Amino acid sequence: MPGAIYAEGLVKTFGDVRALDGVDLDVPEGTVLGLLGPNGAGKTTTVRCLTTLLRPDSGRAVVAGIDVLKQPDAVRRSIGLSGQFAAVDEYLTGRENLQMVGRLYQMRAKAAKERAAELLEQFHLTDAADRPTKTYSGGMRRRLDLAAALVVSPPVMFMDEPTTGLDPRNRQQLWEVIKQLVSGGTTLLLTTQYLEEADHLAHDIAVVDHGKVIAKGTSDQLKARTGGERVEVVVHQREHIQAAAEVLAGFGKGETTVEDHMRKLTAPVTGGAKLLAEVIRELDTRGIEIDDIGLRRPTLDDVFLSLTGHVAEAKDQENDKEAAQ
Amino acid sequence: MSAVTDTVRVAPATNPVSQSIRDSMVVAKRNLIRMSRIPEMIIYGLIQPIMFVVLFTYVFGGSMQIGNSTSAADYKNFLMAGIFAQTVTFATASSGAGIADDMHKGLIDRFRSLPMARGAVLTGRTLADSVQTALTLVVLAVVALLVGWRVGSDGSTNAAKVLAAFGLLLLLGYAFTWIGALIGMSVKTPEAATSSGLIWLFPVTFISNAFVDTSHMTPWLRHIAEWNPFSATVQACRVLFANPGQSPSDAWPMQHPVWASLIYSILILVIFRTLAVRKYRSATA
Repeated sequence: MPGAIYAEGLVKTFGDVRALDGVDLDVPEGTVLGLLGPNGAGKTTTVRCLTTLLRPDSGRAVVAGIDVLKQPDAVRRSIGLSGQFAAVDEYLTGRENLQMVGRLYQMRAKAAKERAAELLEQFHLTDAADRPTKTYSGGMRRRLDLAAALVVSPPVMFMDEPTTGLDPRNRQQLWEVIKQLVSGGTTLLLTTQYLEEADHLAHDIAVVDHGKVIAKGTSDQLKARTGGERVEVVVHQREHIQAAAEVLAGFGKGETTVEDHMRKLTAPVTGGAKLLAEVIRELDTRGIEIDDIGLRRPTLDDVFLSLTGHVAEAKDQENDKEAAQ
Repeated sequence: MSAVTDTVRVAPATNPVSQSIRDSMVVAKRNLIRMSRIPEMIIYGLIQPIMFVVLFTYVFGGSMQIGNSTSAADYKNFLMAGIFAQTVTFATASSGAGIADDMHKGLIDRFRSLPMARGAVLTGRTLADSVQTALTLVVLAVVALLVGWRVGSDGSTNAAKVLAAFGLLLLLGYAFTWIGALIGMSVKTPEAATSSGLIWLFPVTFISNAFVDTSHMTPWLRHIAEWNPFSATVQACRVLFANPGQSPSDAWPMQHPVWASLIYSILILVIFRTLAVRKYRSATA
């Protein structure tokens, strides 16, 4: 029995570019899959194929138990989509936008009206409900967009970078909404550039690069694959880097990396706090003055880096978007 | 936010025809609300045809020969059917630009991911544009009356015939809107839609009987003008308005202009609606 979202060997080419090169996904009902990957990895294309916006060249996809390629209309009745850009009409008010979406989901006028009022309340938009959305802030527009995706409480939701460009407070708010949604049984596929976001929201993570899923698992599994804990030391004087490196070599379980300009050394270790205390004592004995020392667990950033060979490009993409506007 | 996932209210599939009509109306309403919030769009849409009425009437009037007459009053009465027809067709350029604009915004993805009738986004848009065109025609008719245009100046007519003429004009405008829609779907930017949406309209409206008497054209050009779908509607309007300058040509559309106008408009409508909706369905935005 495939999950609420299931894809097998999805391939999509645009001219010479193989945007999807055999994507496989399986998201059990009621869980969140975080789709991570650098720009152009194929995240958005995957979402577009699964939400009937794009027809894959080959492969199979089943959403909410319905074949996406054979019955796209039935799939559309069972999904909500919140895209990268807030998909609302800027000249319509928040209320008018939600009512329109409700009507287009084939709700009766009265039901659409009631549902719009409910959602405006839930998303704290009641005060702005009757203003054209072009007067809304970015956060408000995103909330409205999400509300529009939730008009019929679809069993399966797709969110393509829902929090890109939001300030931390708005991001937190949106996370709360998403958690609420999932606790109600909704299956969610979420793409994001923010590794922290995937860490926070997703049960499972799939890392995509060059149109393929290159790693799958829980956040902890992926981190474990990348390696265990590490000791990070920042020495006070540049001259002590060499000496500190020798100390770490004695304790470390692998190669010590040195970031010269930061005077920072990192070494993989095992042994936890006890080992950390030993390292500190040894450094002290040798008279190496330190500014900072700590035990670090790998972050999803490290996972990302080790899997794709480059860091997540959230910054770059934001710049691109600004330039495009 | 406890009620986010309260209920699943996905309606079952309904009769496709009634769904298509209902969805089109929902989208038309959206576009009409937009128009009412951007009144400058309507105003600019009015300035150009009003300018044409005034310029053609006062600059060309008196120096144009219509039939055997060069009187300014005759040219004025001859001209208005042409200006009306030109106005309803030129409105298609902004329609195409609007559709191109929609296609490049996130909203189209929302529409395409909803369980709505496939043609409704375009049908709703073209219907709303027709409402605007009707509004423009009313204002323009008033301006025409102010500068001295009179129906029945060259025979007898009645209210039903005058209304029928405006009906044919609206139908022509609606049919042409679908050409605009197809252009809007085919170009990469709204800017391109505006210019490419206008260019083709110049030969269509000028190689016609709209502004000049076709009997003065070189034969091959006259032939094109007389069979031009646009000319059929202009001729039909002149006949129904009982205005001067009706072409005496033997060409079938000039002899049976009302039928020709209806047939042409419906043909254009069916062909271009089919193409535009097909394009919409396959569009990747």
